[in-house]
Amino acid sequence: MNQETILDINDLRTSFLVDGFEVKAVDGVSFKLPKGKTIGIVGESGSGKSITAMSILQLLDKPGKIMGGEINFKGRDLTKLSEKEIRDIRGNEISMIFQEPMTSLNPVYTIGQQIRETLKVHQGLDKQRGTKKAIELLTLVGIPSPEQRVKQYPHELSGGMRQRVMIAMALACNPELLIADEPTTALDVTIQAQILELIKDLQSELGMSVIMITHDMGVVAETCDYVAVMYGGKVVEYQDVKSIFKSPKHPYTVGLLNSIPRHDTDVDELEPIKGNVPSPKDMPEGCRFAPRCPFATELCTQELPTLDTQADGGEVRCWIYTDRWDGDPEVNVRESKRTAESE
Amino acid sequence: MFQFIVRRLIQLIPVLLGVTIIVFSLMHLTPGNPAQIIAGESAPKETIEQIENRLGLNDPIPVQYFHFLKDAVMLDFGTSWRTSLPVSQELAPKFWVTLELAVYSTIFSIFLGLIAGIISAVRQYSIADVGIMLVALFGLSMPNFWFGLMLMQWFSLQLGWLPPTGWGSPQQIILPVITLGTMGAAVIARMTRSSMLDVISQDYIRTARAKGLKERVVIYRHALKNALIPVVTVIGLQFGSLLAGAVLTETVFAINGMGKLMVDRILARDFPVVQASVLIIAVVFVFVNLIVDISYKFLNKRINMD
Ligand SMILES: Nc1ncnc2c1ncn2[C@@H]1O[C@H](COP(=O)(O)OP(=O)(O)OP(=O)(O)O)[C@@H](O)[C@H]1O
Ligand code: SF4
Ligand SMILES: [Mg+2]
Repeated sequence: MNQETILDINDLRTSFLVDGFEVKAVDGVSFKLPKGKTIGIVGESGSGKSITAMSILQLLDKPGKIMGGEINFKGRDLTKLSEKEIRDIRGNEISMIFQEPMTSLNPVYTIGQQIRETLKVHQGLDKQRGTKKAIELLTLVGIPSPEQRVKQYPHELSGGMRQRVMIAMALACNPELLIADEPTTALDVTIQAQILELIKDLQSELGMSVIMITHDMGVVAETCDYVAVMYGGKVVEYQDVKSIFKSPKHPYTVGLLNSIPRHDTDVDELEPIKGNVPSPKDMPEGCRFAPRCPFATELCTQELPTLDTQADGGEVRCWIYTDRWDGDPEVNVRESKRTAESE
Repeated sequence: MFQFIVRRLIQLIPVLLGVTIIVFSLMHLTPGNPAQIIAGESAPKETIEQIENRLGLNDPIPVQYFHFLKDAVMLDFGTSWRTSLPVSQELAPKFWVTLELAVYSTIFSIFLGLIAGIISAVRQYSIADVGIMLVALFGLSMPNFWFGLMLMQWFSLQLGWLPPTGWGSPQQIILPVITLGTMGAAVIARMTRSSMLDVISQDYIRTARAKGLKERVVIYRHALKNALIPVVTVIGLQFGSLLAGAVLTETVFAINGMGKLMVDRILARDFPVVQASVLIIAVVFVFVNLIVDISYKFLNKRINMD
């Protein structure tokens, strides 16, 4: 990992202040993204993936606020920028695409108008040159007859086509970083594969770095170089993609992996992790995962483990990998299935 | 678009027919013999019969209606029973006064309502928002004529800033327009606020911000155009109640418009003038609605023209 780092998030904390009460949606997230690579952020619903992404571009909804930490992008801390400075980065150096292609485009403007707008604000392109560029972009993302499409309204396009338009819009100013927040979740399976393929191709073609948010380990396997696993507003494991599938360390990661279908074993039953993600309003005091963890000990329920770098370069937040571990010293997290059943 | 307008115009015919039938029936079914009123309390029987015959009042009502309709189609509304002047000549000046009052009041309520609604939505729960919504609630619940009298009391009689009655000079226009436009402004402000709040939380607004647009552009270009779609409908409906409110406002400020004319002539059983007035108001109302529908389509390209 000795390449140039494009994004380095350090102890990011983002909260929502609701009725004088602080809901810690993101509570100490750290990860690095080397230039030109893809990092997957995975975790169940409510683990804080989207809020992490929104924090980067400061697109948080009203009561949301970054409470602390750093977001270093090319050597600048984004949390310290003025409103104008962050606006110049949005859609220009860092772009974002969202989960809901059906509602993410403005229904009352044409595709062309919406793409041109980005080009105008960041590159000052006039209508004629903007339209030309918009047609190029639509061609790039594989939309047939782009000359007609620029004149159409979003409702005239299918979900898959709209997501391609979103991607075209995101790519308009050659961003260095693309944040894709579950870009395929709302699409049907064949379209999903096409969109992922498109993002992958464009990435290698344009040399972008990508943050791929998903709760699907299959998507991670296909598209990512690194993975940050999030749970309860925190990163619990950070690894390169090979290691995460070969030797997952955190019991939660193991649980996520067990809940995807595998063809190379005789286990053909899915094993979802029992229990629910804790709500940020009543977080367990110790390890966030303790109530659902088959290995949880007394230490786990009392103290929160830190995210520690391991000998192989990965990072994990779990007592098992520390000197203070008070459970079975021979524990093997990858056999969690058996352990969970014997209890 | 052209086809759509033509079709809507054709649909107007049954609406207007219905309006004329209702007005005609109401006038002819109300007690009180017009001939008696025209001739005066103590007129001899022969004079009354003579008048009845001249006005065709002895024909069956459907026949009378048919005569009225035949002439109305040719834009001939006959002569006033009261003044013997052609109805069109009686109506024209009054119509312009009322139209002016209605149009100025509408413009006033749209401007005030939109601005207040946008401020409220953008600063949700701020002091400005709470204040605007309180004033709007007040504007909604207050009777039109009472508000007019209060304004007249303060600004004309106490402070002496503005003339209490009449129509024509800019000073005379202010109070009636505020009286008539306030309720509309309140309705539009509330509608704009809720519609804006709804739109601001939509995904495409986040997309607009993610593009690096200024907040002002996000609000006015991306949010407002979507938020206006339901507001336009409210503006159209508002215009209808505005015409009704005009009658009261004209009475309060002694403005010589259609409202006052209609009240006077209903009492005098001047059928031709009343019928023509109602018909004109109905025509204006349906045309305003047509315009609203067209702008609705224009704002919202998603609606199918067919
Ligand atoms: N507007 C808000 N007000 C209060 N709390 C919020 C708000 N938005 C998010 N949260 C809190 O932040 C937590 C994390 O939300 P986030 O959207 O990041 O989850 P996610 O990991 O993206 O889940 P999903 O897979 O469902 O998209 C949620 O559990 C929620 O409690
Ligand atoms: S710290 Fe304890 S409870 Fe948390 S994941 Fe590790 S073993 Fe499980
Ligand atoms: Mg999310």
